[in-house]
Amino acid sequence: MTTPNKERAIRQLRQMLLIRRFEEKSAELYSAMKIRGFLHLYIGEEAVAVGVMSVLTAEDAVVATYREHGQALARGMSAASIMAEMYGKKEGCCLGRGGSMHLFDAATRFYGGNAIVGGGLPLAVGLALADTMQGRPQVTSCFFGDGAVAEGDFHESMNLAALWKLPVLFVCENNLYAMGTALRYTQANQDIAAKAACYGMAAAAVDGMDVMAVEEAAGKAVAHIRQGSGPYLLECRTYRFRPHSMFDTELYRTKAEVDEWKKRDPIEILAGRLVAAGLFSEGERRALEQEVAVEVEAAVAFAEAGTWEPIEDLTRFVTSEGREA
Amino acid sequence: MNEPKAMKATTYREAVKEAIREAMHRDQRVFLMGEDVGHYGGCYAVSKGLLAEFGPERIRDTPLCESGFVGAGIGAALGGMRPIVEVMTVNFSLLALDQIVNTAATLLHMSGGQFNVPLVIRMATGAGKQLAAQHAHSFEGWYAHIPGLRVLSPATLEDARGMLWTALEDPDPVLIFENNTLYNMEGTLAADAGPVDIEKARVRRPGRDITLITYSASLFKCLEAAEVLAGEGIEAEVIDLRSLRPLDDATYLTSIAKTHRVLIVDEGWRSGGLAAEISARIMERAFYDLDLPVERLCSAEVPIPYARHMEAAALPRVDSIVATIRRMMSHG
Repeated sequence: MTTPNKERAIRQLRQMLLIRRFEEKSAELYSAMKIRGFLHLYIGEEAVAVGVMSVLTAEDAVVATYREHGQALARGMSAASIMAEMYGKKEGCCLGRGGSMHLFDAATRFYGGNAIVGGGLPLAVGLALADTMQGRPQVTSCFFGDGAVAEGDFHESMNLAALWKLPVLFVCENNLYAMGTALRYTQANQDIAAKAACYGMAAAAVDGMDVMAVEEAAGKAVAHIRQGSGPYLLECRTYRFRPHSMFDTELYRTKAEVDEWKKRDPIEILAGRLVAAGLFSEGERRALEQEVAVEVEAAVAFAEAGTWEPIEDLTRFVTSEGREA
Repeated sequence: MNEPKAMKATTYREAVKEAIREAMHRDQRVFLMGEDVGHYGGCYAVSKGLLAEFGPERIRDTPLCESGFVGAGIGAALGGMRPIVEVMTVNFSLLALDQIVNTAATLLHMSGGQFNVPLVIRMATGAGKQLAAQHAHSFEGWYAHIPGLRVLSPATLEDARGMLWTALEDPDPVLIFENNTLYNMEGTLAADAGPVDIEKARVRRPGRDITLITYSASLFKCLEAAEVLAGEGIEAEVIDLRSLRPLDDATYLTSIAKTHRVLIVDEGWRSGGLAAEISARIMERAFYDLDLPVERLCSAEVPIPYARHMEAAALPRVDSIVATIRRMMSHG
């Protein structure tokens, strides 16, 4: 691996730290019953969202899953609007209607927050189809887990995107478990990247714990897509350090396995690389942590101070304004 | 001086095709996508010839992947297009139910008003062609259960010709159900026929004695039954719902205030169906207008069978409508 570009690497480190601290705080707030519903933490997988987002432009589109705080933050949605959303407050990115699993943001072309496993893939195909038909040189990046690979929507979408040569970057976040069922119990062929060959689609697998590796692989994938060579499947091999959701007792994996993966913490891999290159001091780390802590606290304060959408607005947006339901 | 309106002979199939053709010409964002819509010309030949006219980008054949291409239609709508997605038949739409119900119908509300889905999905529905239990059901009522969807049921040539454009102008998802027994229906249509409203029910035949509430192909069975009964001095008022969601309650409630008797004729099943919903609304809002309990004539609660006589026995028919009304009227 080449020496990191300091400014770029520090920005990525900051994003990963923000996701980590934001989610640690979210878990606390869940226990404090400030956040309810399902809460799926991304902790451990930060390098995937941050690495991929690093190569997208503001015009590109993003489709994500119910484990999407990381994508939303890395895409540039404000921590405050996400936290307020999880509080169910009107100041949240979706007025508090979606919660943790359904973050949406038109300004950053962030199309969810899709909580039906695999359901986001056809959506990404359609967004890319619209771009193609309207002559816009944009890429739609679509995140999904290894669980989605078993769904028909994965195969239908891969086929459609390849058939029509659409500009979709399929990003599989392979964290080895579909909820609590290991990949080896769900896939006849556990090599996910290899599945692209069935559709004549270009693909690669990358170490999803290394943000620089993800960025490099995603950069190649996006270059391939932008030059009109069709869609691309990028399998990012990663690991979820936390339980699937707040209700998971983790009977399906050992603490030793989790600890082994924690040695490959994406934040520490990048920080270590920066330190080794003499680009990052202890003081800078403390300053960065402090900056992120302030941002997370500000997000919590914003959410706490938020208001509730009036109940009279319950039926608003079932259909577009100006139309009766 | 009123010039007589120029009329032309056409069919339901041609009317739908004209509607698609007009929409494609009017708006470059419109395209048709679905199984066999292009090279085959459409399972029911609705899009025959359109591939040559508009090319494969806009008359887009899809693989057999209902969830995939309906979801792609949603995505394309989000991306600024105005897709018309054709699902070959309503039974197949169940393979896309997740995309329709969990995504198309929810996105606007769930995103706090940020993402509307201007998508039109057309599909064939209904029994009567001996297509048996996996091609002939009527699930319109199911879809009408879902907030966030608009559900249309064009029965007449005017509506087959006119509902599509209005649906395409709607900012939200619209489902259009075309009964497959109607495609060959012949008639005349104004040469300048164009868009129609998609909000209101229509009184297709006025009458004073009983209100028949129906939609889709059952409309013509009701009209025929009404003619038979007229010979016996019974004047039935026949209402074509046209839109199954939202329901235009006012039109049928006004009729009931006049006739005091109601029969709902619905090709869907009775239990938990659209007829049940309409019946409940009448109880809530017109109970004291009624001289008789509301009655429903629906399909038998069986999977639609293949054999001609069995299929016919499963469906509302002219004779069963006439018999039901005679019985109701005999109660005064």
